[in-house]
Amino acid sequence: MNKELIKKIVLPFLVLLLILQIWSSIAKAVHNFPTPSQTYVAAFGGTKADGEVVVGVLADPFYINNQDDKGVFWQIIASLKRVFAGFVLAILVGVPIGLFVGMSKNAQYALNPFIQIFKPVSPLAWLPLLLFIFQDINMTAISTIFITSIWPIIINTALGVKSVSEDYMNVAKVLRFSPLEKIFQIILPVSVPYIFTGMRLSLGIAWLVIVAAEMLTGGIGIGFWIWDAYNNLNYHNIIIGIIVVGLIGFILDIFMGKIADYFDYTKKGRA
Amino acid sequence: MSEKFLSLKNIEKRFPIFGKDDYVAVTNVNLEIKKNEIIAIIGHSGCGKSTLLNMISGLDVQTSGEILLENQHVKGPGPERAVVFQNHSLLPWLSVYQNIEMAVKKVMPSLTSAELRQRVEKFISMVNLEHAKDKLPGEISGGMKQRVGIARALSIKPKVLLMDEPFGALDSLTRANLQEHLMRIQQNVQNTVIIITHDIDEAVLLSDRVIMMTNGPHATIGEILEVNLPRPRNRVELQSDPEYIRCRESILSFLYEKFAKDDE
Repeated sequence: MNKELIKKIVLPFLVLLLILQIWSSIAKAVHNFPTPSQTYVAAFGGTKADGEVVVGVLADPFYINNQDDKGVFWQIIASLKRVFAGFVLAILVGVPIGLFVGMSKNAQYALNPFIQIFKPVSPLAWLPLLLFIFQDINMTAISTIFITSIWPIIINTALGVKSVSEDYMNVAKVLRFSPLEKIFQIILPVSVPYIFTGMRLSLGIAWLVIVAAEMLTGGIGIGFWIWDAYNNLNYHNIIIGIIVVGLIGFILDIFMGKIADYFDYTKKGRA
Repeated sequence: MSEKFLSLKNIEKRFPIFGKDDYVAVTNVNLEIKKNEIIAIIGHSGCGKSTLLNMISGLDVQTSGEILLENQHVKGPGPERAVVFQNHSLLPWLSVYQNIEMAVKKVMPSLTSAELRQRVEKFISMVNLEHAKDKLPGEISGGMKQRVGIARALSIKPKVLLMDEPFGALDSLTRANLQEHLMRIQQNVQNTVIIITHDIDEAVLLSDRVIMMTNGPHATIGEILEVNLPRPRNRVELQSDPEYIRCRESILSFLYEKFAKDDE
């Protein structure tokens, strides 16, 4: 094994030990705060300090007791469904708008102020308004994700369009490409890496938003699950929830990165 | 070959400058180009030679004057006036084959897929790139890229081939190699070619006439030189040819005595 690889494994392990140490100190200081070992038992099952044998929430993630009591897996699936619904909607609307803003100076002048104003608005600010409009948990969560994750897609798509070199457009002009041919044969291939960067940012935002949205809307979903753990004094589940949310966000990001690389021509040959 | 093929009449190009008089880049350009003639346009940088070429290609529009190709007014860019760009302008996500295929497909939509493939391969072999046809532009050398650019431009059967300092970005050995390619292709398939260059040897070697531009602003055609050298031309033998030497000296004296330009 080479030295770099050993460092890559050993160094994070040392940091993990440090985190566990800090966590233990907090658990000592704060009344009822779960220790790392208590949290481990709650996650993967085992015997609690008082002798009670428990099945961990991550050891049995697939159970369905009733409509309101399902395993962690189903909570995650419910959240992912909403995230993807909002995310796909954001792509479908955001990419064309981004193309439009990138290709037309007038569109840029007209839309840019509003993009800049709405972009920094927190999802929590949108939520009550959208809940009032839709009166429905799913629709509210999906539309909140849509409206907060669309901005990076629009901005990056427009940036991609702007990066199309004048030379390529001259080739298109000499060949008398129609506007659609210009979009599909020149602009999109150049913009795709930018669009995917936007999508990657968007998906990250969507995954951030879902936890907050579900806490407020309730029902099912990993965000609600964490809030429910708080209400039921299952504090160890909050920590488990945080770790699960982090891991899934990490996996989503890697997944998006792989897809982005696949469509990025600059990663194939040196361009 | 006396019929009018490509005519430039009283071409002038002005660029408006805010709060000042217009910048007159080129003015009073009159030129008749015959079919299958190779024209080199030479001049110092800033003499408007690229502007002139862009107006012929239609990528730029003259402020006044007219450009006629076979008695038709040139309006906007089009495939009958193919351009070989200085920086090759190949689409980096398409292979050599696909870059040419895209152009042929667009300009000749009626070709069957077999005819299309045949035509693309014909032009790839014209520039001796059979071995690289599936490579991406990023994977081949600058000289090879420019050969693809030439193949792409010729594949769409242009009436005029416009070359904007096509070999300017290449080292001198590669440049010589590409000049040979161009001369060999020209021997086989006659084309009307306008080539912008700042290289005196290139201008004399390749062209039938050398158009010498005066310096800008208000640049115009200063002198026109007929190159009376038989083809095929051999660059080594030419070095001692009196006509070649006469042409070189004539351009040299134009560029460095009559219209010398200080480096800015």
